[in-house]
Amino acid sequence: MTDLLWILIALPLTGAFINIVFGKRIGEPLAGWLGFVLVGSAWAIAVVPTLGLLTGSGTPETIYLFSWIPVVGADAAILWDPLSALLTMIVTGVGALIHLYSIGYMHGDERFARFFGYLNLFIASMLILVLASNYAVMFIGWELVGLSSYLLISFWFKKPSAAAAGKKAFIVNRIGDWGFLVALMIIFASFGTFDFGVIFTTAPVVLTTGAATAITLLLFLGATGKSAQIPLYIWLPDAMEGPTPVSALIHAATMVTAGVFMMARSAVLFELAPISGVTIAVIGGATALLAAVIAVTQMDIKKVLAYSTISQLGYMVMGVGVGAYSAGVFHLSTHAFFKALLFLGAGSVIHGMADEQDMRKMGGLRKAMPVTFVTMTVGWLAISGIFPFSGFWSKDEILAATFQRGGPWLILWAVGILAALLTAFYMTRLYVLTFLGKPRWAEGTEPHESPWTMTLPLAVLAVAAVIFGVFNTPARLAFEHFLEPSFALISHAEPLDLPLAAVLALFALVVAIGGIAWSWFRYNRDELPVEEGGFWQRGLNGFAVDDLYGRVIVEPGKKVCEWFADSVDPKGIDGVSHGIAQGVRTAGDGLKTLQSGQVRSYAGGIAIGAVVLILAVLALGGGF
Amino acid sequence: MTLTISWFLILAAALFSIGVAGVLIRRNALVMFMSIELMLNSVNLTFVAVSRELGLIEGQVAALFVMVVAAAEVTIGLAIIVAVFRRKASANVDELAELRG
Repeated sequence: MTDLLWILIALPLTGAFINIVFGKRIGEPLAGWLGFVLVGSAWAIAVVPTLGLLTGSGTPETIYLFSWIPVVGADAAILWDPLSALLTMIVTGVGALIHLYSIGYMHGDERFARFFGYLNLFIASMLILVLASNYAVMFIGWELVGLSSYLLISFWFKKPSAAAAGKKAFIVNRIGDWGFLVALMIIFASFGTFDFGVIFTTAPVVLTTGAATAITLLLFLGATGKSAQIPLYIWLPDAMEGPTPVSALIHAATMVTAGVFMMARSAVLFELAPISGVTIAVIGGATALLAAVIAVTQMDIKKVLAYSTISQLGYMVMGVGVGAYSAGVFHLSTHAFFKALLFLGAGSVIHGMADEQDMRKMGGLRKAMPVTFVTMTVGWLAISGIFPFSGFWSKDEILAATFQRGGPWLILWAVGILAALLTAFYMTRLYVLTFLGKPRWAEGTEPHESPWTMTLPLAVLAVAAVIFGVFNTPARLAFEHFLEPSFALISHAEPLDLPLAAVLALFALVVAIGGIAWSWFRYNRDELPVEEGGFWQRGLNGFAVDDLYGRVIVEPGKKVCEWFADSVDPKGIDGVSHGIAQGVRTAGDGLKTLQSGQVRSYAGGIAIGAVVLILAVLALGGGF
Repeated sequence: MTLTISWFLILAAALFSIGVAGVLIRRNALVMFMSIELMLNSVNLTFVAVSRELGLIEGQVAALFVMVVAAAEVTIGLAIIVAVFRRKASANVDELAELRG
């Protein structure tokens, strides 16, 4: 069964090819259904082997496909273990739902088929990434994900802001990719191979702490790009310029999970570098808090969710940093469901409100969009961390793991709790401003519920967001046991005592409810609180981080480039080539007098030359 | 006095020198051409003489080759000279300097 797993990648790749090349002829809505069915079948094919791993009838294995670059240990092979199986299920499952949703959402777009081609390409790239059995193939998937995100974010490229956002996402990610690439070079220099199996089993012997720290920090730099952490998170809010299903796909199921997945996959290396762990945990916590604060001030419904994604990714990264890899991956999974749900719900709202994204102009949508309302309620409670929704379990797991480390880590735990409070606050704000209260719609807006292709994915995701959490309660760590084979090579912390875990969970729950209540009473009234000036204005601008980067990096960079364009290129580069051309011309002018056209002078030259040659041969005694 | 190879080589050298002098000194294209033929045939003579001296057949083969090539060369060379003469009514090479750089 598992030897057919290559079909997983082949299906969406085929879809991408067909929809991009023949899309115009296939047309709407067939192109969309084709994309959906292919990704859906990939999911269906992956179900049985995943169940095999789950029930224990299957074992983790590497499925060899073909030889690619054998000398560097880079064969095209699929590493099928619980971690990759889980990611495959999320990518194809959530991805398929987003395809279905897009059939409704992208209705009437002139590049309908092309959109599904790109979506399929995205799924295929992500599968290459998660199923890779060595770093070289993983890097290919990694780069393809970057490419597809660029294509999708700037899908409406006629809007200058969308084109700029796509470019920004790509360039910012390139900085992270640089880190990843350098890390790969050090890995190859140390191990002489890219193969996961060899690297992870021999790493404790081969790597010094210094080398492990260098590798992991550089890998983390790569992760800060894809998984939107400080300092490279700035592309993600701008990426909201893409169509909403793209936001859901990038920020829930695929791209942003890549960084966390890569770090979880490299867990063995991170275990060898305690300093990296601290750095990663601190950056994760800081990102979680900063993004949560910014999310509180945003007015655009998608921007709130974008910063929320960054904040939640901060949690996952924090989990990886404290060594709770399965907790980080667990939060990744639950987040994939409820954040996809929230984004698709927001898309449904935007769709129903005729492309209005400002929450101040919404309100009272409860009656107009009942399905969206109910499913968004689930998403809201899940991300806020309310018992028994999935977000409660996964967020708690990470916070508990941080708490368990004790000492200075408690500060990080407090930061996490604070971010949880803010999460509950801004999500309630979004929820109340959108669905409750009196309508504040613009003139002539008539909100309506979305078609079934859009509401069905919402319903499925809502169910997943409710139940997925119970797979990993502190009392029954089913999820962690499932992932165990993937983290077999690293030591595990003892699980927390149940009473202490319960107390911590209860505390987090109280904090979440407090955040919800605070926000509820602040916003659920007829007169909205005035949120202008000072903190709100700065928050709305994302605390001017973009401006700061602009002044410190982009502007000097532009200056350097301009200097190259204005001075080095015309004077230096052109000078050299023009100089060579001038030299050749002068030499030719001088030498052309030799060509007199006089046959007898040529003959004289030949005769003299022959005599000189003969004399030379005689003088050197060659052969005579 | 026996006829040794030296005689032949001296004759060939003399013929060759005459040819070289002709090419360098004369201005008439036709005469220069004849001088070149003289040089070629002096080389042929050398080939044959040495071939006979050493008892090797290769020298004679080379001489045959030279004759064939010379025949071809004469054909083309004469055609060019005739064409030039038709145009310029002269075969003086000093007047033909159109290809000066």
